[in-house]
Amino acid sequence: MTGGGGTIRGGPGPALSVEGVSHRFGAREALSGVSLAVPVGRFVALLGPNGAGKTTLFSIVTRLYHTRQGRVAVFGHNLAREPAQGLARIGVVFQARTLDTDLTVRQNLLYHAALHGLPRRVAMGRVEALLARVGLLDRIDDKIRVLSGGQSRRVEIARSLVHGPSLLLLDEPTVGLDLESRADILATVRALVRDEGISVLWATHIFEELQPDDALVVLHRGRVIADGTAAQVAGGGTLEAAFRRMTALEKAA
Amino acid sequence: MTAAVRPTDPPLEAASPAASAPVASRLGLAGYLVCAGGIVRRELLRFVNQKERFFSALVRPLVWLFIFAAGFRNVLGVSIIPPYETYVLYEVYVTAGLAAMIQLFNGMQSSLSMVYDREVGSMRVLLTSPYPRWSLLLAKLAAGVAVSLVQVYVFLAIARFWEVDVPWLGYLTALPAFVAVGLMLGSIGLFLSSLVRQLENFASVMNFVIFPMFFASSALYPLWRIRESSEALYLICQANPFTHGVELIRHALYGSFEPVACAVVVGTTLLFFLLAVVAYDPGRGIMARRGGPPGEGS
Repeated sequence: MTGGGGTIRGGPGPALSVEGVSHRFGAREALSGVSLAVPVGRFVALLGPNGAGKTTLFSIVTRLYHTRQGRVAVFGHNLAREPAQGLARIGVVFQARTLDTDLTVRQNLLYHAALHGLPRRVAMGRVEALLARVGLLDRIDDKIRVLSGGQSRRVEIARSLVHGPSLLLLDEPTVGLDLESRADILATVRALVRDEGISVLWATHIFEELQPDDALVVLHRGRVIADGTAAQVAGGGTLEAAFRRMTALEKAA
Repeated sequence: MTAAVRPTDPPLEAASPAASAPVASRLGLAGYLVCAGGIVRRELLRFVNQKERFFSALVRPLVWLFIFAAGFRNVLGVSIIPPYETYVLYEVYVTAGLAAMIQLFNGMQSSLSMVYDREVGSMRVLLTSPYPRWSLLLAKLAAGVAVSLVQVYVFLAIARFWEVDVPWLGYLTALPAFVAVGLMLGSIGLFLSSLVRQLENFASVMNFVIFPMFFASSALYPLWRIRESSEALYLICQANPFTHGVELIRHALYGSFEPVACAVVVGTTLLFFLLAVVAYDPGRGIMARRGGPPGEGS
């Protein structure tokens, strides 16, 4: 173990490994025996309709809830045994907007840096570099309240990278955005994978966001019903048609 | 989409060599202190931004001091009781209680902000921090106390112009008392925040927690007065941790130390903080049991 000092980047095992994870809320079963892996440096899409269990899975992987059944490991660090080592390597963009709207972009990002133990003098340069990357450096001292939906999403992406994580989790990051903003966000994240080798788990219910060679996990009613590249899962037709076929089979079974 | 610069335009690696460099994960004590500092800073920034909150936090005790205390000055004579060495005006008596009232409201308001944080998701952001959960809650508490200290000292400064002459050293000796009482009320609030499901329920917190705690205490009247009218009520007031908070502050303002009050305040803090830690534990507590995201697993 790297203990207090080590670097965040790298480490053994896939970036994220989820093995046999189940979760219930009282009598409701939200996840049932879910397994998936995000290889290092890959973009993996988690596709599922609303209510499929994507957000529950994100809550478990970010340790909002304990892993009751199954195992979650981040770069080989079992989240149940070494939560700090795991969490330090994860950057998250939640589905809900989670920026402080009364604070400025800079204040929000510095707060997040502090949460990960980065002192201001170290964080300041990183914050500016990341904002330049998402094209919002000129808005650094604006309050979040005056930004557009797409802009605050990009701030959230910059925020999720402040502590230099190697694994980025995004829970439906494009929900509620117009087409152009959606494309921007997607392009930014794909560039991170391509240029920085960051591993990404991208949850979505929008078929159009996927490319044929993307790794894909299809979640439906808390179960993984397909796993492969988008092209494989689509099986020659469109992804949407394949998805309807699979969910219809589920219903019949 | 209004941004002039598209995110894909600049070559990413060139734009930010610093951002892509590996960062030492500061999971030790130094890192935690940075984290706690950041949490306190955020709370203070938010407080400064909410001017009306600051204003109403000040107006409330000042209304009591200027109007209520003036009206009751002649009705409620206060005999010489420790820590006072002479007869004191009612305004002087009630000041310690009003300072504690500021902290009471602030503690509950912090709990309100926890509920709010849970609803808008910034609680989730907080909990992605790699530091142990109890230490994050402790930092949250410290942040609430920091905000309450600002309010209390501004109130005391204004009260000074109203013939409430606390010995100068008293402002200093009272500081640890304010911190202790702030932590106590904050941890009670933290625990309550785990029970309150939604923001709207804060009104019941007002009715069932703030008002009973405030009125059944020595904040507004010395307890011997209450004992004259009802022994049972006197015992209730004695059992109220807020009474002990008020007395700890009252004595500290005059440079004396009240060991029983201190023990009750510390004990209550530990108890409620422990309960809050259990409530916010990812395995046992409310976060896991309180339903999930809407629609999932139905």
